[in-house]
Amino acid sequence: MTKLNKNSTVSQPNDSTASITEIVTLGLKKRHRKEKRFKRIGLSAVLFGFLLVVILLGDITSKALPAFHQHWVKLDVNYQASWLNIDENSTKGVTESELAQANYRNVLKKSLYQMLPEVKGRSDKRKLAQLLSTNAEFTLKDSLIASPSLFDKQAQIWVRLDDDVDSYLKEAFPIGEAGLRLNQNQAQWLAQFTTSDRIESRFNFSFFTSGDSREPELAGIKGALMGTLLTMFVTLLLSFPLGVAGALYLEEFAPKNRLTDFIEININNLAAVPSIVFGLLGLAVIINLFGLPRSAPLVGGIVLTLMTLPTIIIASRAAIKAVPPSIREAALGLGASKMQVTFSHVLPQAMPGIITGAIIGVAQALGETAPLLMIGMVAFIVDVPSSIVDSATVLPVQIFLWADSPERAFLAKTSAAILVLLTLLLIINLTATVLRSKFEKK
Amino acid sequence: MNAITLPKPAKVNEDNQNDLSQIEITETVGNIYADDAKMSIRNANIYYGEKQAIDNISLDLAKNQVTALIGPSGCGKSTFLRSLNRMNDTIDICKITGKFTLDNEDIYAKNLDPVLLRARVGMVFQKPNPFPKSIYENVAYGARIHGLTNNKAELDEIVETSLQKAGLFNEVKDRLNDPGTGLSGGQQQRLCIARTIAVSPEVILMDEPASALDPIATAIIEELIDELKEKYTIAIVTHSMQQAARVSQFTAYFHMGKLVEMDKTEDIFTHPSHKLTENYITGRFG
Repeated sequence: MTKLNKNSTVSQPNDSTASITEIVTLGLKKRHRKEKRFKRIGLSAVLFGFLLVVILLGDITSKALPAFHQHWVKLDVNYQASWLNIDENSTKGVTESELAQANYRNVLKKSLYQMLPEVKGRSDKRKLAQLLSTNAEFTLKDSLIASPSLFDKQAQIWVRLDDDVDSYLKEAFPIGEAGLRLNQNQAQWLAQFTTSDRIESRFNFSFFTSGDSREPELAGIKGALMGTLLTMFVTLLLSFPLGVAGALYLEEFAPKNRLTDFIEININNLAAVPSIVFGLLGLAVIINLFGLPRSAPLVGGIVLTLMTLPTIIIASRAAIKAVPPSIREAALGLGASKMQVTFSHVLPQAMPGIITGAIIGVAQALGETAPLLMIGMVAFIVDVPSSIVDSATVLPVQIFLWADSPERAFLAKTSAAILVLLTLLLIINLTATVLRSKFEKK
Repeated sequence: MNAITLPKPAKVNEDNQNDLSQIEITETVGNIYADDAKMSIRNANIYYGEKQAIDNISLDLAKNQVTALIGPSGCGKSTFLRSLNRMNDTIDICKITGKFTLDNEDIYAKNLDPVLLRARVGMVFQKPNPFPKSIYENVAYGARIHGLTNNKAELDEIVETSLQKAGLFNEVKDRLNDPGTGLSGGQQQRLCIARTIAVSPEVILMDEPASALDPIATAIIEELIDELKEKYTIAIVTHSMQQAARVSQFTAYFHMGKLVEMDKTEDIFTHPSHKLTENYITGRFG
């Protein structure tokens, strides 16, 4: 204030100027304060969002980690001919079909009992056999078929442990804890295996290479992953060209009249329709009326296309509108036809925006569960789908199914499947960013 | 040139001569006919919906001459220019009546394709608008879409001669593959002119081609226009009267959608016949 007064004495005639400076100075502090406050609020909002993401990812990752490795046990397997139920005195030697049909379950059990001779009694023996995965006998079979020289000989074979045993070894729960079906004796046998260095934790490759299973130690993500990829392939293949063509027509070619206004309103409405309604439509029209197969990525893709289309059209129209009219005029002025203007100038310029819209649409479709439940993609499917008409399920549905399963080991599988889904999303977004910058450079 | 605002209504009675709204425009004064007309326009009326933008205009564009269209903002000169190669076709509410001919051929005839017309009547816009592509592609585009050549060597030739005619070749010959949008404003405008020339049009329409450029770039463009008239018929809309005086042989003065006066440039600028023209070129308003 004193400073201002000094100034005003220096320039006497300009009294009004001094008072304006004064007013501005007074208000200035308030304005700066507002700015600072807003900056702080903005920063804390960003940090809060970031914190939530970190918590989410940290939680999922920590829960998912156990799913990426599993425990195997080394057995001393005795491929005795009599245990295999094969006639060793046959003159022709052992044929392949005999090996394929042999009784490996018997070999597995007998070998196990031989390793732990102190286990007596039917019930204890059954408990001992239950330590191994149901898949163990097939492991024995595969190893013998791979090297037939082991026939009638002793061999050391690694087999998977049962999922409850695996969970017990990973989490070191006390015996009798809810959800773990393991008794004192079984724990003791496991301890014996551990002390004799027969138990090993390995990376769980089969999680990425096999389909779904009722046995958590065998269940893999590949079926759902392939289902998702096939469904997304169909969705993108249908919705991208249709959406871009629709947007180009509406923006560049269509006359502006009531009909186009009506279409525009309906496209906007379509974007707001709950996704399960599209599922019902798919069930009623695509499956029941047109007779396409149930649970197929083809049908899933068509249904998700209905859902994605409005998003792509709206985003594409915005991107097309944003192309400066001067570019259109320049091309028209040179004698380019409407088609040439649209495809060689408008479309390339609008491409980054269109791609962003398409990725948003596909990312939405990627996480969509509800409409797929309606068309049967919620089924338990063991086989990995190899074409768009095979029965399949998708990642979000797989997550839903596993989250619903009672076995403890599915807990980690669920989180691992979420991680896979998020990774897929990240890859799609990265691809979009790369494509975008590539088109923008042009 | 000092722009003087229109006299206030209070002054109307004192000095009736300066009240422009009271000066009736009945007929175009001067001479609208050219001995060797490339384009002729008779009784042109252009409407945007209800609003009439051009009111009964007739004039000729003399062959291999530069005709300048001048007048205050909103007088319809750009609208008129755009009607000469049917750029107004893209505006739904725009309606055009009257007779427009190019070499005695009706350009609004039903069977005439506007695409063909625009190949013969090229246009350069106010704001330089190169395509976001390479310099080479910018120039080659027109020739390519019209299928003027299928052969790379010939296309190279077209690009080079067009850039040379536009006076740009020496500046860009080492970076033909750089984006056209990376050039300076003046260079971009010359690139747009080269792009127009590459199609070998007969008429070039220029809509204030130098208004976004600095004086040096403007001088280069004006020099270029003077050279181009040897081969092309040019119509140029400009806000700068000095520019009209420097580059044109004929000048048409537009006012409120009407053509007030048209004559040889030297006549219009030395002794305008109409009061409105005189007021405008002496800087009384506009």
